[in-house]
Amino acid sequence: MKDLVSKVLKGDPHSIARLITLAENNDPVATSAMKDIHPHTGSAHVIGITGVMGSGKSTLICELTRLFRKQGKTVGIIAIDPTSPFSGGALLGDRVRMTELAMDDGVFIRSMGTHGMLGGLTSAVYDVVEILDASGKDVVIVETVGVGQAEVDVIKIADTTLVIVVPGLGDSIQTLKAGIMEIADIYVVNKADRPGVEQTVAEVESLVDISCSGKEKKIPVLSTVAKQNKGIDELLKEIDKHKKHLEKTKEFEKQRRLRYEAELVEIIRKRLMNFIFDESTFKDKIESLINQISKKQVDPYTAAEEILGKILK
Amino acid sequence: MFDKKELENIKKNRKDWEKNNYNTHVKKHPERKTKFENLSSNEIKNLFTPEDIAHLDYLKDIGFPGEFPFLRGVHPTLYRGRLWTFRQFSGFGSAEETNQRYKYLLDHGETGLSVAFDYPTLYGYDTDHPMSRGEFGKCGVAISSLQDMEILFSDIPIDKVTTSMTINGPAAIVWGFYIANAENRGVDRRIIGGTIQNDILKEYIAQKSWIFPPEPSMRLIVDTFEFGFKEIPRWNTISISGYHIREAGSTAVQELAFTVGDGVEYVKWAMKRGLDIDKFAPRLSFFFNAHNDFFEEIAKYRAARRIWAKELKKLGAKKPRSMLMRFHTQTAGCSLTAQQPEINIARVTMQGLAAVLGGTQSLHTNSMDEALALPSEKAVRIALRTQQIIAEESGVTSTVDPLGGSYYIEWLTDKMEEETYKYWDRVEQLGGVLPAIEKGFYQREIANAAYKYQKEIDENKRIIVGVNDYQLDEPIDIPILKMDEKGEERQINRLKKLRKDRNKQKYERNLERLRKAAEGDENLMPFILDCVHSYATLGETCQVLRDVFGEYEEPAIY
Amino acid sequence: MERKIRVLVAKPGLDGHDRGAKIVARALRDAGMEVIYTGLHQTAEMVVEAAIQEDVDVVGLSLLSGAHMTLFVDVAKLLKKKGMSDVLIVGGGIIPEEDVPKLKKEGISAVFGPGTPCDEISDYIKKKVKR
Repeated sequence: MKDLVSKVLKGDPHSIARLITLAENNDPVATSAMKDIHPHTGSAHVIGITGVMGSGKSTLICELTRLFRKQGKTVGIIAIDPTSPFSGGALLGDRVRMTELAMDDGVFIRSMGTHGMLGGLTSAVYDVVEILDASGKDVVIVETVGVGQAEVDVIKIADTTLVIVVPGLGDSIQTLKAGIMEIADIYVVNKADRPGVEQTVAEVESLVDISCSGKEKKIPVLSTVAKQNKGIDELLKEIDKHKKHLEKTKEFEKQRRLRYEAELVEIIRKRLMNFIFDESTFKDKIESLINQISKKQVDPYTAAEEILGKILK
Repeated sequence: MFDKKELENIKKNRKDWEKNNYNTHVKKHPERKTKFENLSSNEIKNLFTPEDIAHLDYLKDIGFPGEFPFLRGVHPTLYRGRLWTFRQFSGFGSAEETNQRYKYLLDHGETGLSVAFDYPTLYGYDTDHPMSRGEFGKCGVAISSLQDMEILFSDIPIDKVTTSMTINGPAAIVWGFYIANAENRGVDRRIIGGTIQNDILKEYIAQKSWIFPPEPSMRLIVDTFEFGFKEIPRWNTISISGYHIREAGSTAVQELAFTVGDGVEYVKWAMKRGLDIDKFAPRLSFFFNAHNDFFEEIAKYRAARRIWAKELKKLGAKKPRSMLMRFHTQTAGCSLTAQQPEINIARVTMQGLAAVLGGTQSLHTNSMDEALALPSEKAVRIALRTQQIIAEESGVTSTVDPLGGSYYIEWLTDKMEEETYKYWDRVEQLGGVLPAIEKGFYQREIANAAYKYQKEIDENKRIIVGVNDYQLDEPIDIPILKMDEKGEERQINRLKKLRKDRNKQKYERNLERLRKAAEGDENLMPFILDCVHSYATLGETCQVLRDVFGEYEEPAIY
Repeated sequence: MERKIRVLVAKPGLDGHDRGAKIVARALRDAGMEVIYTGLHQTAEMVVEAAIQEDVDVVGLSLLSGAHMTLFVDVAKLLKKKGMSDVLIVGGGIIPEEDVPKLKKEGISAVFGPGTPCDEISDYIKKKVKR
C-alpha cells in the first residue's frame, strides 16, 4: 500500500489508474491511501468544464490541453458521463475526441460514470481530483455533462468553472436562466462559426449583466471554434487570469474550503448511508419498519426517528 | 387507378371476404404471428387489393420503362435488350494476384470489373506508411502508384471492359492512375468506361473511410464531375452509395432516404459551381444493397428511381438522360452467416433476384464464405454462376418490371417514397445534409436501427437460419483463400525502387503545383494527373492535399 | 457498491466498420458494465495506453479488415510488456476459424464471430472477470 502511494506520488500511470479504481469502489485500501495522499495535494489548478451534450466540450478540452502542454504543464482529465439508471452500466466515449492526446506521457485521461448519484457527480470524483493532483499534474480538468446536479457539483470541486453554450441549442440558454448562471467563472460560446452566434453571445452577456450587477468583476464571455482551434489562446489567457485573480484575493481560499466542505459532507453522508443500509443489523429492522409503514401501523417520520435513535445512542 | 364503381364493389366484396372467410378461418387457425413486419418495422397487412393503390395515376405515377418517372426501369427493353453487367467486387493482396483473379473472372463469364482496394489505399497511405501495418492487401488490393495500376490491369482490355473502383477519399488520385495507365497504353481517354465510387457523404455517415473534411472533399468531387463530362465522357464520376449505409445497420427506408438525399446534395454542390445539370447528371450513378426482405428491396429500387427522376426535374434537368437513375447492386454482406456458410448461396440467390426484379444495371453476388474471410476462387465462381442462373434460367428477364402493378409492390413503393420524404424533412430541419452529419443524426439513426435488429435476433424475435434457429453443430469446412506471403515485401521493394528511379525534380515540381492549385480554386484533376504521370505515389499526393485541406474528425456517436 | 466491470472497446487499425463494436458497447453497458469506447483508427500503443489509464478489466478488439493476426497480437504483446497481463482480451470480427487457435496462443482469450448473441459476450466476460 505504501508502495502504491509512493508510486502515485511519482506519477506512475499504472498506480494512479489502480488507486482511482480502488477509490471508485470504496475499497478500504483507497481510504487509507487517500489519507496519506492528502498532504501532497493542493498545487493543481482544478478546472471544471460543463455544458450540454453536443456542445463540443471534449474537443475544447483537447485543444486547451494541447496549449497547456506547450506551456510545459502536465494535465489530468476526468471525463464524466451519465451512468444508466436501468442497468448501472455506462458508455463512456469522451476519449474518442481526445485521441491525439492519447500518446502524450504528460496527459492522463480517466473516464467515469456518474454512478448512483441521482444525476450528480460520484463522490469518488473528489478522490480522483486529489489523486491526479498528488501525482504531480499541474492542471486537472473535470468534464461533466451539463444536466442537473452534476453541474452544480462541479463548481464545488473546481477552482475555475467554464460553462459551454452553443448557438442554436436554445436549451442551453434556458438552462442558464434556470439558475445555474451563478456557477460560471467564464462563459464559452463554442461552435461560434454557426449561425446565430451573435444572438447567443448577446443573450449570455445580458444574463451576465443581470447576475453581475453591483459586483466589481464581470464574468467574461468568450467565443471559440474548438474544432478549428479558434479562440482557444484567448480562453487560456482568461483561465490564467482567473487563476491569478483567485490567488491575489481571498477567493482561492474560499473556493478550496468549499470543496473540502463538500467532500467532508460527502464522506460523512456516504459512511452513514453505508452504516445504516449495508449493515446487516439494521436490515431486518428497516424491512419490518417498511412493512409497518405500508400497513399504516407507523408513519415514515417515526420510523426514521427510531432508526436514527439507535445510531445516536 | 380504378373505376369508382368497380372500386366500391371490390371494397364491399373484400369486407365480405374478411367477415365470412378470413375472420372465421383465423379464429379456427390463428396466424403464426399477431403482427407481421418488414425489415424497416413497417407493419405488413394480410392482403393487398386494388383499394391500396387506387390513389395512383398509372400514367403519372407508374408510367412506362424508359420514360419519366422511370419507375418501371431506365430502358424501354431492359433485360430483353441487354443483361445487367455481372460485376464481382474483388481485390486482395498485391496487384499481381488480383490481376490473376480478374482474368479468372473474365474467363468465367464476368462482364465488368470491380476493384476492391485495401485499407491503406482507401485512406491514401502507401504500403510502407506506419498506419498501414497489418493491413496490406487484406480487404482489397494495395495500389500505391501508377506502377501498381499498370500491373493490376496488365493484359486486360481496358478499352473494352468497364471498371468500377470502390475508392472515396483519394478517388481523384486513383482515377488519375487509371486514366494515366490508359494513356500510357495508347487508349484514348474518351473511350474508357467505368465508375469511381467517390461518395464521401456516405463515408461520413456510415463507412468511415474518409480523409479530408466535407468542404474540400465536396470540391474534389465536383472537380471530378467537371473533368469527367469534359474529358472522360464515358465515366460515371460518382456512385452514390446506400450499400454501406445498410451494412452499417440501417433499415431499407433509411438506406433509400439517406442515399437519394446525398445524391440531391451532390447535384446542388455541382450547380453551385455553375455546372450544367444536363451535362453532369447523366454521369451520376447509384449503388444499393440487396438485403433479405425480398419485396421491400424491390420496392426500394423502384421508389429510388421515381424519387430521383422527380427531384432532378425539380432541380431543373431537361434531358430524360439526366433524370434516370442507373444503379449497381450488391447482395448484403451483413446478412451472410458464418454458421453453415453454404446456405448463404440460397440467401444470395434471393437477394440477387430482388435486385434483378428491381431493375439493376449491374450486380455483385456475394460469395458464401465472406463472413469468414476473403472469398476463395470456388466460392466466387458459384456466386457468379448464381447470377448466370437468374439471367439464363429463371425467366424473369423476359418482360420488363414483371412485378409492376402488384398491389403489394406498388403500395410498398409508394409507402417507402413517403417515408423518404419524412426523413428529408427531418434533415432539412437540422439545416441540411452536412449539418445533419455534424450533429450525428444519420449516425445515431443507423446505430439505433442496428442495435434494434441485433436485439431482435438475440431475443429470437427475428429468426436467422443457422444462427438462432436450425443450428447445426458441425465444423465449418470451407477452403480459405491463401494470400501470397511475399506480396507485401515485393510491394514495398517495388515502392523503394520507384522512389529511387523516378525523376525527382519532375514529381516534386508537380506536387508543388498541386499544392498551389489546392490552395486556390482551380479544378485539381489536371494537376493530379501530372503528379500521377510523374510517379508521385498515392501517399505523397494525398499528403499534399492533407496539408492543405486538413483531416476530418468524426463526431462521437455511439 | 457493487464493483463494476470496466471494458475498453477498441478499433485498432484502419478498418471503419464500427457497427459491431458499437452494438457490443451498448450491449455491455446494458449488461451493467462501464464501457470505454476509443473510436476508430487506434494504434496498438493507443489502445494499451487507454487500457492502463482506464484500468480496465477487459480489452475488446473489433476488426473486420483481416489485419487481426498483426494488430490483435500487437495489442496483446504490448499489454503484456506494459505489465497488464491480467487484463482479459477478447476479439471479434471476420476471423477465420484457423486463426483462432493462434490468437488464443497469443493471449486473446476468446474470439466472437458474426452471429454471436451479445449475451454470450457479456456472460463470458462476467464469468471470466472476478475481482
